[in-house]
Amino acid sequence: MSDFPWLSVLIGLPLVGALLLIAVPRERETLVKQFALGVSLVVAALTGVMAAGFDAGGARFQFTEKYWWIKEFGVHWALGVDGVALTLILLSVILVPLVILASWNEADRSGGSDVPAKRSAKTYFALLLSLEAAMIGVFAATDVFLFYVFFEAMLIPVYFIIGSYGGAQRSYAAVKFLLYSLFGGLLMLVAVIWLYPLSARSVDAGGLGHGTFMFDELSKMSIDGATAKWLFLGFFVAFAIKAPMFPVHTWLPDAAQQSPPGALVLIVGVLDKVGTYGMLRFCLELFPGAAKWATPAVLAFAVVSIIYGAILAIGQVDMKRLIAYTSISHFGFIVLGIFAMTSQAQSGAALYMVNHGFSTGALFLIVGFLIVRRRSARVSDFGGVQKVAPVLAGTFLVAGLSGLSLPGLSTFVSEFLVVVGTFSRYEWAAAASIIAIVLAAVYILWMYQRTMGGPPVPAVEGMKDLSAREKWVIAPIIAIIVAMGFFPQPVLHVINPSVGHTLARVDQHDPAPSITGNVAENGARP
Amino acid sequence: MSTTSHVSAVLAQGGDIPAPHIEYGQLAPLLLVLGVAVVGVLVEAFVGRNARYYVQVPLAFLGLAGGFAWTAALAWRDNPHHVAAEGALGVDGPTLFIQGTILLLALVSLLLIAERGGGRGVGGHFAAQASALPGSEAEQRTAEAGITQTEVFPLMMFAVGGMMMFPAANDLLTMFVALEVLSLPLYLLCGLARRRRLLSQEAAVKYFLLGAFSSAFFLYGVALLYGYAGSVRLSDISAQIGKDAGSETLLLAGVALLTVGLLFKLGGVPFHMWKPDVYQGAPTPITALMASCTVVSAFGAILRVYFVAFETLRWDWRPAMWGVAILTMVAGSIIAITQTDIKRMLAYSSIAHAGFLLMGVIASSPNGLSSTLFYLLAYGFTSVGAFAVVTMVRDAGGEAGHLSRWAGLGKRSPVVAGVFAFFLLAFAGIPLTSGFTGKFAVFKAAVEEGATPLVIVAVISSAVAAFFYVRVIVVMFFSEPDAEGPVVVAGPATAVAVALGVTATVVLGVIPQPVLDLAGQATTHMFVR
Repeated sequence: MSDFPWLSVLIGLPLVGALLLIAVPRERETLVKQFALGVSLVVAALTGVMAAGFDAGGARFQFTEKYWWIKEFGVHWALGVDGVALTLILLSVILVPLVILASWNEADRSGGSDVPAKRSAKTYFALLLSLEAAMIGVFAATDVFLFYVFFEAMLIPVYFIIGSYGGAQRSYAAVKFLLYSLFGGLLMLVAVIWLYPLSARSVDAGGLGHGTFMFDELSKMSIDGATAKWLFLGFFVAFAIKAPMFPVHTWLPDAAQQSPPGALVLIVGVLDKVGTYGMLRFCLELFPGAAKWATPAVLAFAVVSIIYGAILAIGQVDMKRLIAYTSISHFGFIVLGIFAMTSQAQSGAALYMVNHGFSTGALFLIVGFLIVRRRSARVSDFGGVQKVAPVLAGTFLVAGLSGLSLPGLSTFVSEFLVVVGTFSRYEWAAAASIIAIVLAAVYILWMYQRTMGGPPVPAVEGMKDLSAREKWVIAPIIAIIVAMGFFPQPVLHVINPSVGHTLARVDQHDPAPSITGNVAENGARP
Repeated sequence: MSTTSHVSAVLAQGGDIPAPHIEYGQLAPLLLVLGVAVVGVLVEAFVGRNARYYVQVPLAFLGLAGGFAWTAALAWRDNPHHVAAEGALGVDGPTLFIQGTILLLALVSLLLIAERGGGRGVGGHFAAQASALPGSEAEQRTAEAGITQTEVFPLMMFAVGGMMMFPAANDLLTMFVALEVLSLPLYLLCGLARRRRLLSQEAAVKYFLLGAFSSAFFLYGVALLYGYAGSVRLSDISAQIGKDAGSETLLLAGVALLTVGLLFKLGGVPFHMWKPDVYQGAPTPITALMASCTVVSAFGAILRVYFVAFETLRWDWRPAMWGVAILTMVAGSIIAITQTDIKRMLAYSSIAHAGFLLMGVIASSPNGLSSTLFYLLAYGFTSVGAFAVVTMVRDAGGEAGHLSRWAGLGKRSPVVAGVFAFFLLAFAGIPLTSGFTGKFAVFKAAVEEGATPLVIVAVISSAVAAFFYVRVIVVMFFSEPDAEGPVVVAGPATAVAVALGVTATVVLGVIPQPVLDLAGQATTHMFVR
């Protein structure tokens, strides 16, 4: 079974599904939806089977495949996953069927209030499936060129989803999203291209003796200072836009406000993770020296993102925008964890990527349910939902509490690891980031209070509670959030070896706890 | 007196003048295309009006297809690397690749030019009688009589013949002749649009005047280079530069003037002014022909001149070429943003692409050459496809050129809009399209030759360019259709051309290896000297 091309099949399956969907007659809408859901469930099941065969103590990259793609450029179709990539792929394949189920009626009602009525469900689900293929591909690629191809290919379905199925300002948001991402991607392209001649240099000159884009070979190469810094910046800016970090985050709130909530789960939950994943994988391992050089600045930007995102979240009147700003804050935490370069912080960051995907995903999904009921995402249009729709309000609260990292829910573990891991090396950054934890309580609880608490406003009276379909969507995520809050160990077990590799590459060791250090020093003194 | 006696002496020995040795087999593709053009003229003279179309189209088709087959066979049998026709023409890998590309793209353009079906009223894109004044009674009469134009076919074949000769020319005089052979029919073809004839004629006059200027520049450059090297042969000029003798002023002035002539043809800034007007005014099938074949041909010529004659002069022309490339990319991308006419926008996009392609010239390495060849093929197919789509979207006054008319096309005809969006994404260089592969190849060659700053500029202009490509997609897909919007008229030949464009764009994007190999093989020995 080990020779089975798992990852190629996982990428190919949704893509074929998307193409088949286009062949289905437009009128058979139910068939379209069932088919899309079926494909995504098969992909999820297959991924589950594959993940069960992952050996956390084994080779770094598993389920590897490697074929020539464009020999002239030295490009391989090379796939493989380590722990971090595997968990992110799992996150994607679990979210996609839930999103499809949640978007069951997305094509005919979505977004803001003034949206044209009927849109093609077929195209929407085909776009979702092709997005799934690209998401799996981007995490599975072990060839830098292939990674870039998936990185860019991912943009196109999202662009059409936002542009065709979004709210009133959808084309503005879609173009802004695409241009930001393309710009970052093109800077990365220069860096990607540059890697090739560098690797083609002779071994004595620091190259590999043959041009390649294979990640595992490139990460053995040493690149001299100035070049490495430029290359690092090329990759980092692309990832910072994707993640998104202050000050290149401005596309996210617009995209979030305009895009349909279902797709938003994937945009914020998975797509943006490509940014942080890329920092962890490519920025750190390909350019360890430059990464260390840039660390102070990156940490500063991360801390600014954390606090800035949180503060702006408090002031938002649109729930989708609000959650987008909280995500900017959370992405700040992830970046902080990655660049703190301690094993705790990085494991925490990797875990945070998964947890954030689920908790933010849950929030967006529930906001989507609210939008379906009230045709609005404005905080002020709601009030007292708790009384009329208790299950909806309850799930919203759990998801929200997970968002503010309540102990016992999944994000707490990861945030704690990040902060503790950062503190051991950069006290100031950890201390500053703590402020956001307080602010998180403000933005989440205040939003909950204003929308769900108090007496029901007239507009929400008679609001239906969650339907069976909606419960099926939200229950698995809530279950995962709670389960990962209590038992993060299985996931950490998979993540830790990969993080170990990264840290070994950047040649960083966890600083010894300072208190014991002092004790040892004192003990040594007479 | 002495001259006369000399001449008579030569005449007396008449039998001893050696007949030039022509390698007919090697030159067959070129001769076939030009021969078909001549036969086409005869067809115009001797075949009845109603039958002409049915004779001309297969003739032109066979000429181009036969030329392509012969070119492929030449390249296949042995990788030739020699000069022919007494050294006037080079037959080598890159040239054959370029000629093959031109013939293929001309075949696809021919499909558009020959399109008659699906039109409103009498089909075709060309004026019934070019000499009838626009709006005159004569025009009306010819239109009523149902007369249709068939002179376009021989004209096009002459142009294609010139285009094939232009990059093959091994001396500057032959190159100049080729330039004229390719340009003159094009000037004429530009003025033949069926609708908006004044715009079309204006375009033709502009193209002719500016083209004549640039020809003069070219010729002046040739004269100065002859003064420098005592020969117009590229290899002799190269040898003279190697000797480091002669007047450097003559040399540099000659190179500069020659380059102006060449840059004009491919639309490099600041010699690009004609492009938007001509692209907009010309009948769209002719625009497609110019955007694909002429660009390929002009790049073939500039590559040959710079790789063969001026290679050793690299340090002198490179900085200037950097400047031109940067200007071309940046200006093309930025000005395109403000365009509201689809054809004008595509013209500026073509200028920006010329800038990207110039990077391959600057790289002046085998990789630079092969990547440019690949880019030309990829860009040519996408270009023809895009212009083919433009011919399909029509309203009462002909093609719906204004961008606002395309609003909501994605809802009305999703397939056509989707295909056009795909072409635009390919222009923008999104992965898995041929545009990306081509850009990547050229950028890589440039980085390998140390032109990284140039690549960064290129990347930034790509981002700018993406903006206006994306804007068209926004208009097509994210705006509501206008009730009075244009209709999509898909004639069979046009549909085939679009399908070919899509296929090439996908295949060269997803599995480019075979074609990259081909381009790599073609350039192993570079140009013949």
